[in-house]
Amino acid sequence: MAEPVLAVSGLRKSFGALAATDGVDLALRDGEILALIGPNGAGKSTLIAQIAGTLAPDAGRVTLAGRDLAGMSVAARARAGLGRTFQVSSLAMPLSARANVRIAVQARAPRRFGVLRPVARDAALNAPAEAALARVGLGPARWALPVASLSHGERRRVELAAALAARPRLLLLDEPMAGLGADGTAAMADLLEALRAEVPILLVEHDMSAVFRLADRIAVLVAGRIIATGAPDAIRADAAVQQAYLGVDA
Amino acid sequence: MSALLLEQLLNGVQLGLSLFLMAAGLTLVFGVMGLINLAHGALYMTGAFVCAWTGALTGSFWVGLGAGVLAAAAAGAVIELLVIRRLYDRDHLDQVLATFALILIFSEAARAVFGAAPLWLDVPPALAGSVALPGGAAYPVYRLAIIAAGLAVAAGLYLLIQRTRLGMRIRAGEADREMVGALGVDIATLYTVIFALGAGLAGLAGAMIGPLQSVQVGMGEPVLILAFVVIVIGGIGSIRGALFGAVLVGLVDTLGRVFLPAAFALVLEPSAAAGMGAALASMLIYVMMAAILAVRPQGLFPADA
Amino acid sequence: MREGVVSAALLGALLAFGLGAWALGEVFFVNLAARVACVALAGAGLNLALGFGGMVSFGHAAFFGLGGYAAGIAATHAFDGGAFAGVLPGTTSMPVVWLAAMLAAGLAALPIGLISLRTQGVYFIMITLAFAQMIFYFAISFPAYGGEDGLPIYLRSELPLVDASDPLDFFLVSFALLVAVLLGCRTVLAARFGAALALARLNPVRLATAGIAPLPVLLAAFVASAMIAGLAGALFAELNGFVSPAMLSWHRSGEIMVIVILGGVGRLAGPVAGAMLFVALETVIGGWTQYWQGWLGLILLGVVLFARGGLIGALAGPVRHG
Repeated sequence: MAEPVLAVSGLRKSFGALAATDGVDLALRDGEILALIGPNGAGKSTLIAQIAGTLAPDAGRVTLAGRDLAGMSVAARARAGLGRTFQVSSLAMPLSARANVRIAVQARAPRRFGVLRPVARDAALNAPAEAALARVGLGPARWALPVASLSHGERRRVELAAALAARPRLLLLDEPMAGLGADGTAAMADLLEALRAEVPILLVEHDMSAVFRLADRIAVLVAGRIIATGAPDAIRADAAVQQAYLGVDA
Repeated sequence: MSALLLEQLLNGVQLGLSLFLMAAGLTLVFGVMGLINLAHGALYMTGAFVCAWTGALTGSFWVGLGAGVLAAAAAGAVIELLVIRRLYDRDHLDQVLATFALILIFSEAARAVFGAAPLWLDVPPALAGSVALPGGAAYPVYRLAIIAAGLAVAAGLYLLIQRTRLGMRIRAGEADREMVGALGVDIATLYTVIFALGAGLAGLAGAMIGPLQSVQVGMGEPVLILAFVVIVIGGIGSIRGALFGAVLVGLVDTLGRVFLPAAFALVLEPSAAAGMGAALASMLIYVMMAAILAVRPQGLFPADA
Repeated sequence: MREGVVSAALLGALLAFGLGAWALGEVFFVNLAARVACVALAGAGLNLALGFGGMVSFGHAAFFGLGGYAAGIAATHAFDGGAFAGVLPGTTSMPVVWLAAMLAAGLAALPIGLISLRTQGVYFIMITLAFAQMIFYFAISFPAYGGEDGLPIYLRSELPLVDASDPLDFFLVSFALLVAVLLGCRTVLAARFGAALALARLNPVRLATAGIAPLPVLLAAFVASAMIAGLAGALFAELNGFVSPAMLSWHRSGEIMVIVILGGVGRLAGPVAGAMLFVALETVIGGWTQYWQGWLGLILLGVVLFARGGLIGALAGPVRHG
């Protein structure tokens, strides 16, 4: 079997006496959507932060395509191939959708800090940015608009386009369905379904119907530990998961 | 040498506690209202001018002192009502500019009212004279009185914030502004009171400094910047940090000015040593600030910790 | 496009004012135009950090003053044959003086920026202010270059074909540098570096997530901004024939900031508009009353409370992003 794209092993993080991440192991392979679910307070945000690089683990390793990410900044991890979106969209609101995506192309370009050629007429930046926007279903009429004037759902797509434009090895999506409504959720799920073949996805999501529709495997995080990992049907039937979610003894 | 050291230590503590009076108001206003107030030095100047002027008019330092504190508090309340309260929701840049504008206005107003010539104030008779320090040096009673006043204010602020209803509201305001409003506290009045309190403390510092140095336009600004250093070191929003940072800055600055030139004299010829020592001594507290920030960017006592 | 027209019109007006004053033989007004150009250049420097990088530096007088001292020290040693720190001889060559001023400001800005950028918001404001104050006190208490009394510049620096002691020539040189710096800023800001800087200001999380660490981008802009202010300081000192700690004072930092704000933050020609307004107010109100700074305070207060966007905002409308 091929080496996993993302491998998390023995990850630990404590805040005082609370073990927010208590020995987490995860592996994600090409062509796969792995959903990470868990009740509120299970430690999902802490785990994401350690993968993304905003929080340093106390122990354990995170590797991306075989490369140890320890000590790498958020920006360095992004260049190493980690594309991510946020629970609450984080975009430069006054800038156009195109500019928000273009910066991700620029970050991977050979001359990241050119001082002469204007970016507005730089095809090497604009063409991939526009392709990414088109890929997520945002039409050319919306590209030049400030993100502030786009709808919530459109902003989610811009963020996803920015992640895709950097040609990532892995997508880390933090609740991409949040606040989208039924139609929006279905459309986003279609989009992720189509992306599966291009880039593996670690999907953190509360919307269970989306999770069970999309995920190849599901990992269940409870109190900082992964209590179960497996195919959706296996997870649905798992006694420990039922107990954690429903509070019933099976 | 030990007598000199003791004298300079006391001078350092005295400078530190004067700075604390300034820094306390600044850090309180920042902690509760999120406002950076450059005009705090103007309130210090107001206290000094009104104290010197009233003191000369009535012949009583104590009347002057009371008038200075009240005038600074009143000036604080007025600018809070007219200007400052429009700035709470603005970004720091707007706050800096508007309060910089207030400095210009206050400075010119003071020049117009009190004239360009500096005023002088005598040490009040009750606090004149000096006491003998162990080791033989004589130390002015007035400076000891400033130390006592600074300590009394620190204790009073502690009691006010920990033990009174107003203090409870101040602490609540630091924690969660909207919540305090939702609980029915009149936020607007609370802010005016806090601002006037900080202004009064600045006025007290300014009024007390009158007998030690000339009272003139622009006198508040060097003190204001030292107070900034103090609260940056102590952690913005923290009264405890302000007290600690103030005494630290007072001591380092005072001792550096005395002992650095002497230290350089050991290795350099005298005139070069004096110049180099004085120049480096004037930079010492800023170097200390940089060193502290390099290790702890939020200061020594971050308010939210 | 409209902002470009306004910018060009402002620069054209300044040039016309300087040339017109010369044609009428009004040397005072030629020097006033040169003063506007110097002050606008300092503002253009700050605007790069403040307007385009979102770094509210309250310490740019330090860089302005260091540039001034570089010019003063170069002229002093060219006069007395001495050498700075025992190694650097004096010079009267204008480009060398400019380079020295920019290097002095840039070298100071590097550690100051590195430490200050570890912090944010109100800390950044206070720390830049404190570092500037540190340099101010050093200049006051260090006796070798005039200390509190400042340093007169006896020798004007030289450029081929240019007579710097001639007011018109000096104005034209200052004006040309101002235009060159503004065009340079426009180019860099429209290019990749500028795109990264805009993101660093608007949303550093987005920039880092895209794969570019914000800190080096901000630091580079801060240092460049200081170097422009240093260049402005060298010209300003030469214009006055004098450099003193007053150039380093925090009032000066405030004035440079006021110029940027009056003109319009983050607008390319904002500092030009602000400098014209500032020098005009200084000259006109200062002619009526000795309390002109108080009136300036009232005007500034009015602008901050009621007229955000400054002059360029009023003339060219809000900022448009591509």
